Amino acid sequence: MLRKVPPGVAKLIWPLLALGVVLLYDVFYVPGFFHIEVRDGHLYGSLVDILKNAAPFALLALGMTLVLATKGVDLSVGAVMAVSGAVAAVLVTRQNPPPIGVAFGLALLAALVCGVWNGALVALLDIQPIVATLILMVAGRGIAQLLADGQIITFENKTFAFLDGGFLLGIPVPIFIALAALLIVGALTRMTALGLFIEAVGDNPTASRYAGVPTWLVKMMVYAVCGVCAGVAGLIATSSIKGADASNVGLTYELDAILATVIGGTSLNGGRFFLMGSVLGAVLLQTLTTTIQTSNIKPEYNLVVKAVVIVVVCVLQSEVVRRKLAGLRRGGAQ
Amino acid sequence: MSTPGAKRSLLPRMNVALVATTGVCLLLYLVAGLRFHQFFSGKVLLDLLNDNAYLGICAVGMTFVILSGGIDLSVGSMIGLVGISSAVLITNMGWHPLPTFLLMLLVGATFGAAHGALVRWFELPPFLVTLAGMFMARGLALVISQESVTVRHPWYSQVADYRLPIGPGMAPPAILLLLTFAVALYLGTYTKFGRNTYAVGGNENSALLMGLPCGATKVWVYVWSGFCSALAGVVHVLALPGGDANAGMGLELDAIAAAVIGGTLLSGGVGHVGGTFFGLIILAVIQTAITFKGNLNSWWIKIAIGLLLLVFILLQRGIQRRAERK
Repeated sequence: MLRKVPPGVAKLIWPLLALGVVLLYDVFYVPGFFHIEVRDGHLYGSLVDILKNAAPFALLALGMTLVLATKGVDLSVGAVMAVSGAVAAVLVTRQNPPPIGVAFGLALLAALVCGVWNGALVALLDIQPIVATLILMVAGRGIAQLLADGQIITFENKTFAFLDGGFLLGIPVPIFIALAALLIVGALTRMTALGLFIEAVGDNPTASRYAGVPTWLVKMMVYAVCGVCAGVAGLIATSSIKGADASNVGLTYELDAILATVIGGTSLNGGRFFLMGSVLGAVLLQTLTTTIQTSNIKPEYNLVVKAVVIVVVCVLQSEVVRRKLAGLRRGGAQ
Repeated sequence: MSTPGAKRSLLPRMNVALVATTGVCLLLYLVAGLRFHQFFSGKVLLDLLNDNAYLGICAVGMTFVILSGGIDLSVGSMIGLVGISSAVLITNMGWHPLPTFLLMLLVGATFGAAHGALVRWFELPPFLVTLAGMFMARGLALVISQESVTVRHPWYSQVADYRLPIGPGMAPPAILLLLTFAVALYLGTYTKFGRNTYAVGGNENSALLMGLPCGATKVWVYVWSGFCSALAGVVHVLALPGGDANAGMGLELDAIAAAVIGGTLLSGGVGHVGGTFFGLIILAVIQTAITFKGNLNSWWIKIAIGLLLLVFILLQRGIQRRAERK
């Protein structure tokens, strides 16, 4: 019976279970958690908030998933968020601002350049991903501050603010953006051979190179996609405070993104990835945060709870425990 | 690989990185000294050591972890946890600082042991385990107190005001920094623990086949790093008179940068604590020089450190490639 479950779905069981536990807690201890109301044709409520606030994390996690699948890691996503936010904010606050589309386009182009830079260091110069992306993580925030001249650039731009605060069909816009990204990345990787190449490169780069997979190109692409995802997340984050705060936007988000991805079942050892799992991981993390914010637990406990969840989920997913569990199951059947 | 020729080529390989780091360090110091009035004074040098003592002590522990092929992201938040807990214990609970500090070192080592255990027995990636540790330590620190607490205690002030009569007087943070480096040099070069650390980081399978205690070494490396970061927290409390739960934010990256600039390969197995000392001085000189200049903004520090990291990593890569070709 168990064998018939496809691996992608089986991997979703732990995060789903964890999400279920948190939501169950909310049923009993957080009054009104599941209350959703329609105000001015817009949906409001904790659940809607969770999905909306999880959107930037989900975007980062999508890019991170592909990078982790090639056995890499991208520590610079938080800094790239700052760069793209700063570029967009500088452009829309100019004396004669370009059309908003151009501003967004240039911001995403900057994010793409950041991603390609990371990709080049990893794929062409063969530098370890942690180190390669550490450079941009340190310098990127400096560049963003340089662009913004050390100021927090605030702006009044309706279209820009719409990115985070707007509603489509009563549902917050960030949810649509994250869903669109999931669909695009999913289609790119699961309907073309790219997904297979990514897994091959993560599993065994030498073997896949001999099999004719352009290893360097695949690596470049995943870092580029990760950069663009971070750029979009940066635009949303900048839009939500109507300002570009280069030193604080996306701070420690890289860790949350990695966390969401790992909770979703993508291994840090590369070779497999689960996009749905990563998005679910992001939602789980945000559900935890929102639960802590809305219940009687002091907000200071947020980090402690997060740490406990990471350790428990990771221990449960570790090979060692899996082997033990498999042993138990076999033992029981005999 | 067991030919004497291969052995000889390994030594220069490590030395090239170390020589490059030392060279850059001296050059930077010289340039800064010629550009800025009074940069050469003993006071500036001592301040350099003092202000960066906690970073340096963290970097020592980090170097060992990296040498073993792991990474420790929890060092920065450990400073916050140790700082705030000792301040609360001394000021609010009336503890004597000495047992408080000893307890804190124990807490740090225990935290490290937990990291090591998760890495060893559950085979979880070090990066993820210490990330959880980072959240945990920072979270506990914030739970203990969100406001910074000032430490007032006669014994504490006596220790904090002590000056070793070298030059204009060496304060406890600088003394502890130099002591830690001395102990680490001994540990890394002359002990079984040190050699096992290099062996595990260089090639875990070979180390295992040689019968070295890989698992135990891994655990001890994290215990040592946890101890170092707790010591760094104590130093931080001594330098600032008090504790703050938010202290040491992002410090783990500076510590990694110091180790990498100092020539430690992040893939493990190659590097030296001595290099980390020069890496630390390079970071410190850049920061001091940029503050001396005055009209340069703080973000230039980040960009300069990023560029420096890039240069050193490319250099390491070049050295490695040349070695591989041989």
